[in-house]
Amino acid sequence: MATELGPTPVKKPASGGTELHHAPKGVGEDNAIASQGKWASWLLAPAIIALAVVIVYPIISAIVMSFQADAGLDPATGLFAEGGPAGITNYVNWIAQQCASPGGGTVACPPGTLGSQFWSATATTFFFTIVTVALETVLGFWMAIIMARTFKGRSLVRAAVLVPWAIPTAVTAKLWLFIFAFEGIANKLFNTSILWTGSEWPAKWAVIIADVWKTTPFMALLILAGLQMIPAEVYEAAKVDGATAWQRFRMITLPLVKPALMVAILFRTLDALRMFDLPYILTGGSNNTTTLSILVISQIRQGFNVAAALSTITFIIIFLVAFIFVRFLGANVVEQQTGASKGKK
Amino acid sequence: MTAAATELRAQQDQGRKTAQNREKLAQGRTYISALVVLIWCLAPAYWMVVTAFREVGFTYDTSILPTHVTLDNFQTAFDTSFGNHFGQALLNSVFIGGVVTVVSLLIGVFAAYALARLNFRFKYLVLGFILGASMFPGVALITPLFQLFTNIGWMGTYQALIIPNISFVLPLTVYTMTSFFREMPWELEESARVDGCTQGQAFRKVIMPLAAPAIFTTAILAFISSWNEFLIASQLSSDRTQPVTVAIASFAGAQPNQIPYTAIMAAGTIVTIPLVILVLVFQRKIVAGLTAGAVK
Repeated sequence: MATELGPTPVKKPASGGTELHHAPKGVGEDNAIASQGKWASWLLAPAIIALAVVIVYPIISAIVMSFQADAGLDPATGLFAEGGPAGITNYVNWIAQQCASPGGGTVACPPGTLGSQFWSATATTFFFTIVTVALETVLGFWMAIIMARTFKGRSLVRAAVLVPWAIPTAVTAKLWLFIFAFEGIANKLFNTSILWTGSEWPAKWAVIIADVWKTTPFMALLILAGLQMIPAEVYEAAKVDGATAWQRFRMITLPLVKPALMVAILFRTLDALRMFDLPYILTGGSNNTTTLSILVISQIRQGFNVAAALSTITFIIIFLVAFIFVRFLGANVVEQQTGASKGKK
Repeated sequence: MTAAATELRAQQDQGRKTAQNREKLAQGRTYISALVVLIWCLAPAYWMVVTAFREVGFTYDTSILPTHVTLDNFQTAFDTSFGNHFGQALLNSVFIGGVVTVVSLLIGVFAAYALARLNFRFKYLVLGFILGASMFPGVALITPLFQLFTNIGWMGTYQALIIPNISFVLPLTVYTMTSFFREMPWELEESARVDGCTQGQAFRKVIMPLAAPAIFTTAILAFISSWNEFLIASQLSSDRTQPVTVAIASFAGAQPNQIPYTAIMAAGTIVTIPLVILVLVFQRKIVAGLTAGAVK
């Protein structure tokens, strides 16, 4: 654990309390931490309370709702049925793709209903996530390497990559809808006549291309920030030792940029898993471009509680992916954030 | 000069020339790559702007410069006769974004200060919680909020749009400000305290003025993320309170089966231009804010 008062490594020995920094953990420090703790709880209270109201409360009520049945006409009796405790029925029905049947009990959801789309939506969500994040990582890395070089007009390029990032996703979706329109520029440019939003694979690629266009700059900027942390001398030394460009990339760039890269990939992955705006506006979720988020939104008006079960499943999936990233792939966001670097332990 | 020496000199010259050539080649490749990046990033955005100035009859024109220039599309964008409320939506977005930004900053700056500067128990838990909150999927919030707001009659009100927006703007604010705070010259605070300021005074009189640019940058990022929000607004807003993203997504034309692309592109241009100008003017700060926390 760090022994400083603040988490920031103080470069120059600061006045006051400096002795404490190097003192072994003792009574004095415990007191300092206690008084700072009091301060900290006052400063943090508004944010924690606000987040508790806007996030924790909705999560808990979503979980409570997800174990309730929706009020509605009972298909078995044809009478209006009050909701009520439903146990894990809502979850089981989503995962097994079961719908209530008129004869009582459940049957496999007929094709076209929301209930029949759980696994295809999950697959679509993961497909979009894997493809877009992979493309964005490769393209972003390439852009970052270019922007890290010195050449005339570099600042122009760095400014230009911010343009796709700054355009709202809803506008981006409409823009690419226009580009991919049947008479649009994409078909004319490539001399094709594809109904981009009319069948499965063109629709999927339209979403992927639009998403890659919009979010690669974010990736590139994060990677560029990582690249700029690498001192030029390291490259010079490697060059003197006769390392090829590929060796320099593999042995220096990649390992040194890895922490920033992992955080960038984690952010983008979690963002892609909740993808909504782009497919919702671009394709309306048709042709197998329905993501889990779109499925939740479609379900809301057919029954809150069933929708709550699906949104909880979505939340759990995203949480698990984040957990895997942090636990097994070494994307240590908290450590990055607090700057609690190894040297201080 | 002996023949051997001449030959050696010639070889050296040759070597220098190939090195120079290689350098030039590398430089050339960099320029070509940079041009590709430039076109990839700007061409689609340019296409939106150009289309916004085309006459409706020339929507699918492919000329790089608009041949039939008109400003009608901008007028159509604000036209309310087809059930669009773009002008109102612009005001709504400014209002919602403004309130969300101010509230998030007011709350977030203090939390960020504590996280960056103070040592206390459960710090990592708090940080993890806030980071987790920023990664939170919007759909997990929307279901209970939809029911709650329906029950208490808040559907389509401004507060129904502002409160959920705080759930993702506040973590972003805390996150960005914490990174900025960590990089500030805290020796000055120590000096102020040696000179007899309390921690609170040192914060107000020394740190706040120094932190102003960081707060401003964070405000821009917060405003942009609220401005771009679509999911929650698409479900909880009404015609009266809808923000621009919703207005553009549901933009209708005179003919129900024809998407009024030129007017939509005009609306998109109006929504985007202020952001792009803001981002380009404060480019360095914005990039620092965006990447804050990911490196260091």
